[in-house]
Amino acid sequence: MAAQILTGNQTAALAAKLCRVQVVAAYPITPQSKIPEVLSEYVERGELQAEFVRVESEHSAMGVCISASLVGARAFTATAANGLAYMHEQLHWAAGARVPIVMPVTNRGLGAPWTILNDMQDSIAQRDTGWMQLYCQNNQEILDQIILGYKVAERLLVPVMVCFDGFRLSHTMMPVDVPDQEAVDAFLPPFTPPYQLDPERPININPVVMTDPLPGSDGRLHPGYMGIRRRLQEALESAVDVIAEEGRIFGERFGRSYEHPIIEYQLDDAEIVFVTMGSLGSEASEACDLLREQGIRAGVASLRVFRPFPKQAVRDSLCRAPRLAVVEKAISYGLEGALATEIKAALYGLNDRQPIVANYIVGLGGKDVKPSDLCDIARQALTFGRHEDAPSHAIWFSNEI
Amino acid sequence: MPTALMDLPEKEYILPGTRTCAGCGLPIAYRHILKALGPKTIVTLPACCLTILHGMYPKTPVLVNAVNNVFGGTAASASGLAAGLKALGKDDYVVLAMAGDGGTFDMGIQALSGAAERQTNFIYVCYDNEAYMNTGVQRSSATPSGAITTTTPVRPKEQPKKDFIQIMEAHHPAYLATTCSSYPMDLYDKFSKARHIQGTRFIHLTVPCPAGWGFPTRETIKIGRLAVETGVIVLYEVENGVFRLTGKSLSLAKTRRKRPVEDYLKRQARFKKMTPEQMEAFQKEVDARWETLLARAGF
Ligand SMILES: Cc1ncc(C[n+]2csc(CCOP(=O)(O)OP(=O)(O)O)c2C)c(N)n1
Ligand code: SF4
Repeated sequence: MAAQILTGNQTAALAAKLCRVQVVAAYPITPQSKIPEVLSEYVERGELQAEFVRVESEHSAMGVCISASLVGARAFTATAANGLAYMHEQLHWAAGARVPIVMPVTNRGLGAPWTILNDMQDSIAQRDTGWMQLYCQNNQEILDQIILGYKVAERLLVPVMVCFDGFRLSHTMMPVDVPDQEAVDAFLPPFTPPYQLDPERPININPVVMTDPLPGSDGRLHPGYMGIRRRLQEALESAVDVIAEEGRIFGERFGRSYEHPIIEYQLDDAEIVFVTMGSLGSEASEACDLLREQGIRAGVASLRVFRPFPKQAVRDSLCRAPRLAVVEKAISYGLEGALATEIKAALYGLNDRQPIVANYIVGLGGKDVKPSDLCDIARQALTFGRHEDAPSHAIWFSNEI
Repeated sequence: MPTALMDLPEKEYILPGTRTCAGCGLPIAYRHILKALGPKTIVTLPACCLTILHGMYPKTPVLVNAVNNVFGGTAASASGLAAGLKALGKDDYVVLAMAGDGGTFDMGIQALSGAAERQTNFIYVCYDNEAYMNTGVQRSSATPSGAITTTTPVRPKEQPKKDFIQIMEAHHPAYLATTCSSYPMDLYDKFSKARHIQGTRFIHLTVPCPAGWGFPTRETIKIGRLAVETGVIVLYEVENGVFRLTGKSLSLAKTRRKRPVEDYLKRQARFKKMTPEQMEAFQKEVDARWETLLARAGF
């Protein structure tokens, strides 16, 4: 294990190399471009034995990864923002085809109007595609969650997005502990698809299915569309435990555990808890320290796993908190932040102690979120003494027009 | 030497039970394509009538491995198959991408252009039935002018067919050919040849569609032949930049006994609204193209 100073993008490329990906297809988009650039250098220098397909679009990048994965190769791509949106059809197809692709998403706001800067609207908008979504607080987590991502993806045959904030992480250098190749190889064995391409027993992958089960030539009933989709949901439901199990093993091997889907900070006695994701989590921890210096008992619960949604862990983490400020960099237009909706839904039914929830939309299109801003948010949220006090709509946190 | 009928491999890769319409030209062509390419073919296909031919889960009448993919993604999927197989050292497979005219001329053009420019090692077949048949005979950019479709129901399509073969030739593929399901031996020979060439191989395959074109199911072979005998479809291949007429088109070039396009048009309900003036314009178009190709072939 050796520490290196790396940007988030360099880290993601290095992680892919450590995972010995066999097919890389990627299309440039700010702020992700460095990932395919670094990877193509690895491939051209012979440091990584992989086919690098320089595709003409993100739609094709995902198409390449899906089919490469279906014939048994470990496939990798990376994207952001409009590239991710352009992939949308293929994202559904990948999850439905049950291919274990791992894809970093360097979170960036979506046009119109154009922005190249960070928010999480791009990946949040893809939350219902059947992909797992992991979020990173720092570059170390990018490296670790890509390796962990392949392990989990290949166990469950469900693709994984490893999301990290554009520029804030993608372009920021941080020390990263880089594990030895042998250690990664021992943790992540080569990918073996669940079936072999056999000319003697050919198969038709992802064909037309009917709604109801039909008998095959073997006489057995095979699932219809709904049954097949239900299996994807079941895989994602079981992913909560699989991520915890693999995250614990990862911790034993590499010294950094990913067993818990939520990064908790100062929760025990907190009167106000920031609930958030990504690099905002580290911002919130700083704000938490500042607030505690001022005598305000703040805490942080930062979700590392957003899909599968760690419902029980959310309940366990948050059931004691009287007030929550759900702070997020995306919104489900016409309602509120998706994270806020999901946090509320997870807490629904805990009748004895329902925290008062206020939802703050921050940082869209790269708008800076300073720890002092978060302190202001906490102070405001503390004024909501009863459920009725908290606004029923999302609060846009910005002191400008 | 063209293959003799007697020498066709006996092995069938399409079993009884395909779900295409009666009289469809597609299974005739597909049967011979697979005979030419053999069991180590992996086909990738988008939503189209070929998907229907492949049948419904959990059964398929097709005896080669198949990977279905999204409508606009056939060439990308084939690129992924080629890359994945190469990464795994499985170099004895043939990657066959096969899509309709809609999945090729229209939505698939980006992925195909990208893959061809990268000189991806695969055979791409566009089987052209000149409309979106799977969704109910809507106009595509491959629909010829004068045809009625369900999205040109009152006034037949005005614009001429996109010259997609030329677009593909501009990508400098390793091999390019045109063929038609009514000439299985021409088709078989072209796929047999394509199989042994490395790089991007593009084959344009005309398949008459009784349901969409409006002719009796017993006339499928005849209609395809008329398309070639009238010069509406010209059979040729381009290999290492050398252009050659083949089969029936070559003999037509020699005998100069091309039939009038009317013989082809009037047998199909889709052209029933064509006026004599439009037929004349159609004839002119076909003649001009024929002369250009004859000149290219050195006649
Ligand atoms: C993105 C997308 N848009 C539309 C469709 C609907 N669709 C399915 S098949 C098809 C037309 C297929 O036409 P073509 O490629 O010519 O093949 P054919 O059906 O004629 O064999 C369309 C429009 C789709 N599957 N995906
Ligand atoms: S619609 Fe036409 S091309 Fe499609 S299966 Fe029927 S006859 Fe064949």
